[in-house]
Amino acid sequence: MIPSIPQPRFLTAAYTAYVVLFFIFLALPLVVVAVFAFNDSQFPSLPWEGFTWNWFFGSERPMIGVFHERSILRAIGTSGFVALFVSVLSVCVGLSNAFLFNRYRFRGQGVLYVLMLLPLVIPGIVLGISILVFSSRIANGLWDGFGMDVEALRPGLLLVVLGQFSFITTISTLVIGARLKKFDRTLEEAALNLGAGHLTAIRTITLPYLAPAMIGAFVVAFLMSFENFNTTLMLVGSDAPLTIAMFDRLKEGSTPLLNAVSLLLMVGSSCLALIMIAFQRKA
Amino acid sequence: MRSEARLGLALLLTPLLLWLSLLIFLPHVDIFLVSLRERIGVGKYQISFANYLTFFNEPLYLWTFFRTAVMSMLATVITLLIAFPVSYYIAKMVKGRVQSGLFLLCLVPFWVSELVRTFGWMILLRETGIFSKLLQAIGLSDGPVEMLYNDGAIMLGLVYTSMLFMVVPLVTTLESLPDEVIEAGYDLGGNGVSVLREIIIPHAMPGIVSGCIVVFMLSLGNYLTPTMLGGKESLWFTELIYSQFIVRFNWELGAAFGFMLLILSSAIVWGMLKLTGQSLEKTMG
Repeated sequence: MIPSIPQPRFLTAAYTAYVVLFFIFLALPLVVVAVFAFNDSQFPSLPWEGFTWNWFFGSERPMIGVFHERSILRAIGTSGFVALFVSVLSVCVGLSNAFLFNRYRFRGQGVLYVLMLLPLVIPGIVLGISILVFSSRIANGLWDGFGMDVEALRPGLLLVVLGQFSFITTISTLVIGARLKKFDRTLEEAALNLGAGHLTAIRTITLPYLAPAMIGAFVVAFLMSFENFNTTLMLVGSDAPLTIAMFDRLKEGSTPLLNAVSLLLMVGSSCLALIMIAFQRKA
Repeated sequence: MRSEARLGLALLLTPLLLWLSLLIFLPHVDIFLVSLRERIGVGKYQISFANYLTFFNEPLYLWTFFRTAVMSMLATVITLLIAFPVSYYIAKMVKGRVQSGLFLLCLVPFWVSELVRTFGWMILLRETGIFSKLLQAIGLSDGPVEMLYNDGAIMLGLVYTSMLFMVVPLVTTLESLPDEVIEAGYDLGGNGVSVLREIIIPHAMPGIVSGCIVVFMLSLGNYLTPTMLGGKESLWFTELIYSQFIVRFNWELGAAFGFMLLILSSAIVWGMLKLTGQSLEKTMG
């Protein structure tokens, strides 16, 4: 069925109704989370006790707001720190991979490409445990062999960064590679004809062309890292990123404080998404 | 020139090889080795299949394993059935501004963390939640209704969480199908059903396969949704892995579980690709 082919009235109406229902289904949990961030009650549920900003700015018990809750603020900081590292790393490696698969032909390339895609089809929790086991083996080996205690190889932020990097890089490679495929190589050749060296040509012609994809990959990597749960859960040490900290709280029972954090997350990630779309438009 | 190209190749290969070997290949070899280890004394190990035997001899483990596989497949099918009409609507029934607007609306929920989405469903479904209160208010129920902590709630959470990964590939492939081809199908005497079966679905196949693979993987490897929305009875295989690793500190058994999960997911992804004649490069790359 397409618009140019006439269909019975009720059929199109029913179809539209279905799509509307679908969007209500998508929006429902998010709207509920957002609304109850402003409920003046100890529980994020009905009845509605009145509107309050206390879950954001409150400073006294029992209503300590997000901005006065040290542990949550620290967890947001940790997540931001991890996400920044992961996205910088994965965009750099993704860029290098994209050039490798686009510009070179070598034996074993096809196999490497499939291997590069594999992290997408490995369950996050398995990636987490395998990196945990492997890094502990190295740490134990160093301890037994040289008496060195490498704290960084024990569960903690380094492992969280590596674990998230291990699958997010595939995504950044695909995003950057897709744009590099569309690049017109004659532009680069023109720069070479005009006397530019290889690196200059890439720096002044190819990289600016790739910029929107790199920013896109950066934002996607940042958000994926910020939201990641499965891999992080297995590798986390004493500094918990936000998703883990919220999970621990949620297990103990929920207060509208969690709604307030969630609302801030939604606002934050929508802003990032908008920035990304703006950049994509300009390209 | 030739040596310069070679240097470039080597420089670009290094990060890729380091990444794939140190973070993907060796760690997976390592969990396989650990899963083959049997503890026979303090700090003493021998190679054996004991951990795998434990897995196959304990009904709870096996049961959880199959339950997780079957429920993930069911979640994939449900997601596909719900998402296909919506994707078709976005790709073919609307154009221009409305189209890109609706597509963006589909993406919005997934910019926020899975934790937030799950939390939203908890607020809606629990005994003191919105749905329960609504049912009481309109008189359909006398007391509070608990809709959380059962398999239905898990299914709902899984389908909701993976929706995006089905909608995006479906919309992309359906958009590339020219309207004229569908019109030609009708002109040649086809009706809605035969056009769908003969033209639309075959064309959308790569999108369907890649959507199904991702959704299946995400459901199978999900920990958050089953833990938060499921009850005591509804175990998920990832929960077993977590408890062996973190709670019981039995890494050998946990590694064997992890490896079983990896085998299951690879087998099903491979089977899905073979069955539909697709390849990983085409569907993911």
